[in-house]
Amino acid sequence: MVLELIRPGTNINFLKYRKLAYLISAAIILAGVVSLAVKGGPRFGVDFSGGLSIQVRFAKTMDVEQIAKAVEGVGLENIVVQRFGQDDGNEFLIRASDHEINQETVRTSIESALAKNLPDSGYAVQRLEMVGPKVGADLRGKALEAIFYSVLLIAIYISGRFEQRWMAAGLMAAGLSGGIYLLKLVGASTVWLIVAAMAITLVLCFVMRLKYALGAVVADLHDILITIAVFSLLDLEFDLTIVAALLTILGYSLNDTIIVYDRIREKLRGVDKSMPFEQVINQSVNETLSRTILTAGTTLITVSCLFFLGGPVIHDFSLAMLIGILAGTYSSVFVASPILLDLGSGLNKPAPAEPTSGPRVNAARA
Amino acid sequence: MTGNLRWRLAVISLVAFLGLIYMLPSLGSVKQSFLGKFLPDDVISLGLDLKGGIHLTLGVDVDKALATSLAQMGRDIRDQVKEEGIAIQRPGTTGDGKQLEFVLATPDKRDALDKYLSSHFAVLHVDSVASAPEGRFIYKLSFTQSYRDDQARMTVDQAVKTIRNRIDEFGVAEPDIRKQADNRIQIQLPGLQDPERAIKLIGKTAHLEFKVVDETVDLDKAQKGVLPPGDELSVLRHRNPDGSYLERPIALKADAVMTGESIADARANFDANNQAYVALTFTPGGSRQFERVTGENVKKQLAIVLDGKVYSAPTIQEKIGGGRASITGRFSTEEARDLAIVLRAGALPAPVNILEQRTVGPSLGQESIEKGVFSAVVGGIIVIAFMILYYGLAGAVADMALLFNLVLIVAGLAGFGATLTLPGIAGIILTIGMAVDANVIIFERIREELRRGDTARRAVDIGYSRATLTILDANVTTVIAAVVLYQFGTGPIRGFAVTLILGIVASMFTAIFFTRFLFDLWLAKRPADAALRI
Repeated sequence: MVLELIRPGTNINFLKYRKLAYLISAAIILAGVVSLAVKGGPRFGVDFSGGLSIQVRFAKTMDVEQIAKAVEGVGLENIVVQRFGQDDGNEFLIRASDHEINQETVRTSIESALAKNLPDSGYAVQRLEMVGPKVGADLRGKALEAIFYSVLLIAIYISGRFEQRWMAAGLMAAGLSGGIYLLKLVGASTVWLIVAAMAITLVLCFVMRLKYALGAVVADLHDILITIAVFSLLDLEFDLTIVAALLTILGYSLNDTIIVYDRIREKLRGVDKSMPFEQVINQSVNETLSRTILTAGTTLITVSCLFFLGGPVIHDFSLAMLIGILAGTYSSVFVASPILLDLGSGLNKPAPAEPTSGPRVNAARA
Repeated sequence: MTGNLRWRLAVISLVAFLGLIYMLPSLGSVKQSFLGKFLPDDVISLGLDLKGGIHLTLGVDVDKALATSLAQMGRDIRDQVKEEGIAIQRPGTTGDGKQLEFVLATPDKRDALDKYLSSHFAVLHVDSVASAPEGRFIYKLSFTQSYRDDQARMTVDQAVKTIRNRIDEFGVAEPDIRKQADNRIQIQLPGLQDPERAIKLIGKTAHLEFKVVDETVDLDKAQKGVLPPGDELSVLRHRNPDGSYLERPIALKADAVMTGESIADARANFDANNQAYVALTFTPGGSRQFERVTGENVKKQLAIVLDGKVYSAPTIQEKIGGGRASITGRFSTEEARDLAIVLRAGALPAPVNILEQRTVGPSLGQESIEKGVFSAVVGGIIVIAFMILYYGLAGAVADMALLFNLVLIVAGLAGFGATLTLPGIAGIILTIGMAVDANVIIFERIREELRRGDTARRAVDIGYSRATLTILDANVTTVIAAVVLYQFGTGPIRGFAVTLILGIVASMFTAIFFTRFLFDLWLAKRPADAALRI
């Protein structure tokens, strides 16, 4: 044994703190929902909203007002200048949400405005993105579809996987496709399709007594919602890379959850059938705890490197990953497993009830 | 070494060998050295966000092309049925350009017209026939859906071909031009210095027409909308020395006497005053036509119309033979050169709109690579150090697997011809963190078994067999998400999905198969009850 983070035999009673954990999660998600509602929806990047974004680097120290003044005569609607990257980087983003941008001339007009109003500022256009309203809407649609199909496929996979009931998975697939098909007939938008797919998944899991699948979906939703909430609270933009981060978080969080659930099922199959479900869960979480922490640790290390050293272009992506990994790790311990007890108790074949002989509580000795 | 270990060693050696020969060329220094000659040519291709360049999405205005061809078909019908004694008046398209409308002035010939239409213009569908005063009928027709689809496909194909020709003439290394759904074309031009100019060159319809100027028209009246039938009002562009344009109205006979289709070649040239112009050479057929047209219109002005704008309208002094003409217009050298390129490459079959444009400067791309690689190296070193610190020798085994995994990712990217993007680098960095997960799961399991008092051999056995299934299906979910991302994502995101999938698949091999082999090799040399420290 070279090093040990979690001593063997450690038995922290995670279930005891589950109400508090639910409360914390709910509070963060609620704060996110409120902030989204106040802003009238998520703040979309150029990819999704359409418009223009130009990244300009200056050789001299500049401030936002100077640049905003220099480009205000260009005649673009809703033009916004913001600092990009570190404060001393002298890089700025010039943004406009104008939909009637003349793609052929806008770059020249901005450059000539900079040349005229800020001579010898040593400006250089680093990056330019212009997305027309049609393409913006398309990309939005594609991103939603990607989320939709991930949810669909993962829901089907886990309902089959967790209980080895591929029949149930087939039913799940049929139920989902049928429901979605009906909704499409009525002409529901993709956003509603996603919401419906989630709802149908949850209901089907409940009806078919797929409690592990149910727990996994809830934990997954939790992580995505937390990430979105934090992003909205920090007033960051959603673009294609953030969607990629969200889907990766989806996969990562499930990965974590599956490891814990596997241990729970292994224990349930094991010799000691008399052990209360609550204790099984607690022991499983404890036994997999060092793995959970280690993997989260190594992943967090590398993503932090990306966040601090990877440069501003990839900054928001790595931030989303950081939040998601933290939420995913937290949720597999405090949400996914306890929820088996709370949501699953109605579904569970009544386990021998021994509420008084609760698990022993050891203080963390890590 | 037992037979089992031997074949496993063979598999690992083979994978390592393939991985190395596909990875090495992507390291610049190896490619240049003498070794480079023996290695495959495939190197990692970098995405535009790393290499710098321009990404365009163009929308081909197929509806416009269809409207034009519908209008032309209307005139064709009028001319053709005249010979059958059927009189058709005012053929033209409706406001949205989707329907052809005309008046049948000879009501008794209605059956004959219907028959003629169905036999000669099967691509048209009669939408409605309404009665009009004096027993006339108003016909409304449109293209059949299958014809519309065919035409849309052909128009986009033609546009792709034309754009490819133009870009080839312009001289961009490794352009990527491909057709997309919804009549769109995606263009990627790496390492381009002057995006503005490229966009102008690609987006110009370059529909060249020669039209006779109608000098009898009163331009003041014409601007109020009073024009003789068959005439149209256009603008003559006159370029000022400072580069701005002076535009004045000019009346033209609407029917073009010639079009750009008869051009065989176009070159930028300079006149005696060192003023750039474009010299045109006609095809043999075009030469004869030009000779005839100029012969018929001596002392009249012939307007050279490009995309609806009159560039010049010289007076024809005499019949012009030899099949040569020129377009003047006080062009800059660059403009003349670009105009020559588009005329040579041919007109676009329909106007195109730029729907999306993304440009990355080469220095930014280089910076992204450096920062990405730097964070990967720092993250990698910390993870490697951590694993050794935590698991000792076993950690070193996991680290070897991690490095092996990285070799395979790079080799896979090069071998499959995938594109590395900035999110792709992020995917690799993420993989470094996640790849050791498999080993963490296995090692933790082995530790548990050892604690229970199992022998090293048994602990390794159980650890691997129990953990493998868990690892496998824990990773399936990430692969599902990555595959969906690949399916729906755009360029950079696809790069992310690819590295993520490659990393996971490679880690199944390196973290399970490869490390198991190392453990078994170590155990094989020791007595059955040897102790293992993990």
